[in-house]
Amino acid sequence: MNIGDHDWNLKPLGKHVWRGRLEPGQLLALTRAIKEEGGQLIALWGSDDRHLGGGFGLHVVMLTSQGLVWVNKVLPAQAPTYPDLAHIFPQADRMQRATFDLLGIRAEGAVDDRKWLRHGAWPATVFPLRKDFDPRSLATHDTDAYPFIRVEGEGVHEIPVGPIHAGTIEPGHFRFSIIGERVLKLEERLGYTHKGTEKRFEGMDLATGGKLAGRVSGDSHSAYAWAYCMAVETATASQVPERAVWLRALFLEIERIANHLGDLGYLGNDVALSFGFMQFWRLKEDWLRLTAKLFGHRYLFDCIVPGGVAVDIADSGKTELAAEADRIEAEVNSLKAIYDEHATLQDRFANTGICKPDLAARLGLTGLAGRASAQAWDARAQFPQAPYDKLDVSMATQRSGDVLARAEVRFAEVTESLRLVRELLKRLPAGALHAQLAPVSTVCEGLGWVEGWRGEVVVAVRIGADSRLDRVHPHDPSWQNWPLLEVGMLGNIVPDFPLINKSFNLSYSGQDL
Amino acid sequence: MATHLILQKIFKTGFVSEPAPQADLALRTHEQSLHADILKVFGQAVAIRHVDAGSCNGCELEIHAINGPHYNIEGMGVKFVASPRHADVLLVTGPVTRNLEVALKRTYDATPEPKWVVAMGDCGCTGGMFGESYASCGRVSNVIPVDVEVPGCPPTPIALLQGILAAVSKGSKNTAP
Repeated sequence: MNIGDHDWNLKPLGKHVWRGRLEPGQLLALTRAIKEEGGQLIALWGSDDRHLGGGFGLHVVMLTSQGLVWVNKVLPAQAPTYPDLAHIFPQADRMQRATFDLLGIRAEGAVDDRKWLRHGAWPATVFPLRKDFDPRSLATHDTDAYPFIRVEGEGVHEIPVGPIHAGTIEPGHFRFSIIGERVLKLEERLGYTHKGTEKRFEGMDLATGGKLAGRVSGDSHSAYAWAYCMAVETATASQVPERAVWLRALFLEIERIANHLGDLGYLGNDVALSFGFMQFWRLKEDWLRLTAKLFGHRYLFDCIVPGGVAVDIADSGKTELAAEADRIEAEVNSLKAIYDEHATLQDRFANTGICKPDLAARLGLTGLAGRASAQAWDARAQFPQAPYDKLDVSMATQRSGDVLARAEVRFAEVTESLRLVRELLKRLPAGALHAQLAPVSTVCEGLGWVEGWRGEVVVAVRIGADSRLDRVHPHDPSWQNWPLLEVGMLGNIVPDFPLINKSFNLSYSGQDL
Repeated sequence: MATHLILQKIFKTGFVSEPAPQADLALRTHEQSLHADILKVFGQAVAIRHVDAGSCNGCELEIHAINGPHYNIEGMGVKFVASPRHADVLLVTGPVTRNLEVALKRTYDATPEPKWVVAMGDCGCTGGMFGESYASCGRVSNVIPVDVEVPGCPPTPIALLQGILAAVSKGSKNTAP
């Protein structure tokens, strides 16, 4: 496949996914070529390949006009380094730092080489994702001094917030530098929920790996479980029954609707319209209860399994779900009319937490928040996997990039997802729910790509010859979007932070791993 | 006019709140030796501080859910508060990550006596899928004392409420129905 005017020798690996191994010197050239044609860097991670007769590997996934490109570069076993990519795609910065913390692979020439996922739990000379890592060797608790970037000058002061927050949200630290009420700078310090997820995958059987993948970020369970299964099924060249694929899409859309309803309620709550919270959470609770009634779990945990799905829907269930979709749509429309009319809410939403389209493009804003800043990417619309290739998904976009735009995208996506639910139910093919995976005899790899409610979820897997997981990297869109929250906060007032933060609603667990 | 539409919607919606569930005393990890007079003061009114000690955020979905209108938790005297210094109960989710171990201990120390700890979810009760590792201390009781464990991945809102009520109810673990 050509990017720019060069053939990079990329081979298809599943639908809309391309795989390649880079020759020395090609990494920067390919990254620049993709930047020039308007692509984005999506994920970056490392692997220890010494047990396979290599050194280390650097892996990069980028979005191009022809789909996702997954390339790797072979690095030496001693002092592995690669050229910094953050000067081309700034979103690579934290991924590069995490890759060093976990594997000791260094980005040469990177401006920012501070630690990221490592706090005080292991020393800087030990790398947990190396295969020869000995867990008994550590348990240090140093003071976790982290060099925040200081803003100095007359009248500037800092507000440190977290990691334990005042509300029911995940833990992270936010350092505000302010003058009066205006925010001059926000710096995030994440990694608190780092629980060794990637290490945990190593040596797992394929079915258990699916359960763990779904728990990378619980609110995106179906997205992760599907992306993981897609990767495993590509790696093992296994076929999945059509009905199972359609049910997976149904689960993904049910998940999207549940999360968007909850967020729309909280956005109301954060501007003191508790009516909005109560109404949307009433709808969300009804939706979750019906989900539990039909499929046995409120959040569809473990319903997607390698080879297919674990639950079916009866004809009576189809009727009930379609009727509920109709009711929810009518109720959401009546609530949207209220949000549209409500002067205080509109005043707080509009022009708050702006990420302008040009900045969003430059910094790689993605997913739902990206679409609210005119970054028109939605894998379901542009690079549809089955069954989305038969559903003609219409993408929601806005240009203003503020809280209002992110709310509007959610409203539009709820409506579209409800349409998709009805469509999936109406055209659901008959047949089996599950097929055996093809047996594994050699080391194999695959990549799964699913448009979750927050943005693209990408899972890369390498399976060993013993058919156990050798390396799994789950990628959350929050990696790219967290730095944009810092940007969106600039010039806003501190009391608007909860609202702006909620309008992005990013995952801590998904990026902390 | 938004106000008109809001009132119309409120009247049309009516009450959706449901009766409170009973405490599930079997979820207690040990026999609590609470003085009767303390319970008398608290009654069943408790202030809860939620602490995410490393959860996947699945349990948080259900904590949000019990704050919704179906459950009417403030009607049964349960309220979420912003500081451990205002709390009677710490509701802890997740396997405790090593990166949050110190913060969790400090939060526990900042909570005034008498206090109860409810560990929520399979990870909080056993370490769950994540277990113990270089990055995870595993179950909550490996780090701070736990009074009630509510299993589930995540526990349903009803199970969660039964666990919270068990932490502050009279009665005995052994005589649980």
